[in-house]
Amino acid sequence: MSSSITNDDVKKLAKLSALHVDDSEVAHLQQELNHILEYVEQLEQVDTEDVEPTYQVIGGMTTVTRSDEVIDYGVSRDEMLKNAPKQRDGQIEVPRVIE
Amino acid sequence: MITISEIKKRIADGSSSARAEIEVALKRAEEASEFHPILAVTRERALKRADEIDTALKAGEDVGPLAGVPFIAKDNMLAFGAPTTAAAKILENFDAPFQAEAIERLEAAGAILIAKANLDAFAHGGSTENSAYGPSKNPHDPERVPGGSSGGSAASVALDIAPFALGTDTGGSIRQPASFCGVVGMKPTFGTVSRYGVVAMASSTDVIGPFAHTAEDAALVLDVMSGRDAKDSTTLPDFFTPEKTEKPLRIGVVKEWMGEGVDADVKARVNETIETLRSLGHTIEEVSVPHVKHALAVYYVVVPAEIASNLARYDGIRYGLRAEADKLENVFTRTREQGFMPENKRRIMIGNYVLSSGYYDAYYRKACQVRTLICQDFERAFGDFDVLVGPVAPTTAFRLGENTDDPLKMYLSDLMTVSANLAGLPSVSVPAGKSNGLPVGLQIIGDCQADGAILPLAQQLQENNS
Repeated sequence: MSSSITNDDVKKLAKLSALHVDDSEVAHLQQELNHILEYVEQLEQVDTEDVEPTYQVIGGMTTVTRSDEVIDYGVSRDEMLKNAPKQRDGQIEVPRVIE
Repeated sequence: MITISEIKKRIADGSSSARAEIEVALKRAEEASEFHPILAVTRERALKRADEIDTALKAGEDVGPLAGVPFIAKDNMLAFGAPTTAAAKILENFDAPFQAEAIERLEAAGAILIAKANLDAFAHGGSTENSAYGPSKNPHDPERVPGGSSGGSAASVALDIAPFALGTDTGGSIRQPASFCGVVGMKPTFGTVSRYGVVAMASSTDVIGPFAHTAEDAALVLDVMSGRDAKDSTTLPDFFTPEKTEKPLRIGVVKEWMGEGVDADVKARVNETIETLRSLGHTIEEVSVPHVKHALAVYYVVVPAEIASNLARYDGIRYGLRAEADKLENVFTRTREQGFMPENKRRIMIGNYVLSSGYYDAYYRKACQVRTLICQDFERAFGDFDVLVGPVAPTTAFRLGENTDDPLKMYLSDLMTVSANLAGLPSVSVPAGKSNGLPVGLQIIGDCQADGAILPLAQQLQENNS
């Protein structure tokens, strides 16, 4: 830890996050993100040798499986499509992908 | 103060009807507009359902334990009759194609959804000030926040628009606003209520729970919503049975939450409430849960990581806002720039930072290891105690704008609530008097699946706390 985020890191993070960030916002974001990271760096003080990480807390539950059957959720294709910003012929229309 | 049992009684004895109750609730929602707890009402659908329920009741049919009772849901829960926005511009006109399972179960029990409540966009925040549609205001003082992120739900119950409301709690988003607004707010054990149809924030801690005036009402609502759902593989088989507090309980007061950083007056109210518990015959002892002092740091690594992943789906393609741009990649980045609030963006960026190559071990894995230590601390504490108590939040409701310039300061209001989420434990906020006219909440935490023990204890406290 103890590595602070630079302006270039902010731009890289924005790209990883698929967020457009104006150049004028970078310095402010850099300051805010570092402030938060400084706080979480207290975790360095905690001895975690040989401690297994916890990713989920469902008591005793491992991977849940179900039989491989089609389940009717009672929602039609038209209903699922109605929120698409653009649609045509029962499909979602997207901007050109291949230039 | 309106309770579920009063409404049920009025409808049962014929002095009221579902329609009359819904009309009153809708009128109250309108009258409360200066506090802005509501984003949209589901008037047409609610009145139609009320008429159907009245007809069924007249025909002598069993409509369910909540027949004709109005309720409000946080607007990150998919529902018919109004848009589901999560208080974000990216979902401004989202018209839910199906309803959240929790809402479906309540409707099947006869309850009627009348409105969608305000929240911090995507439930990121502790004040509702991150709502893209403007903040809600605290019913006890309109210059103060109602808390968050489920601030609109808490305020709706405090304002008596409906006897209960639903919220979601990822790090305190039910309990902290319940504390700020002076109502009961219950965060159940992780996996108690299906999350199908709820806008995901952090999948390892998100839970759905009720707000009500009494713990008894909260228990009734939880009872209806809880249980396994094939559409949510993280749900537990139904275990919830409220059991009246009859024998004295061993109550541990969490030492780490009664020290520095907590307002003296808040501590005083909490201590007085603990004395009430003692006078009821419970044994009270101090207990140390040492790693909870790092819980907020763990939370602000783990939760942003999960947020970054869950919010990756908002790309402007399948639903929601789509910004026009020359290239596909710019459609993504511009849509997300316009559709998210600044706090959403901060959390997404922090999340991607702690998950990125070179930082994963130092931040994300480390935080998950400390999470293990927190869980182990609680396990030990529940070896000696039936329940644990402490304050809900370090302060009473703060002023609008007071914490908006400093994200970290805003995060600190979650200091004592995030631990229960990280460990998956049930926790309820119950009113514990006032400080300078503003409500204070006592937090009661139970062991995993002890939801049926902490709510009756909260009820016992409410009946005996003057």
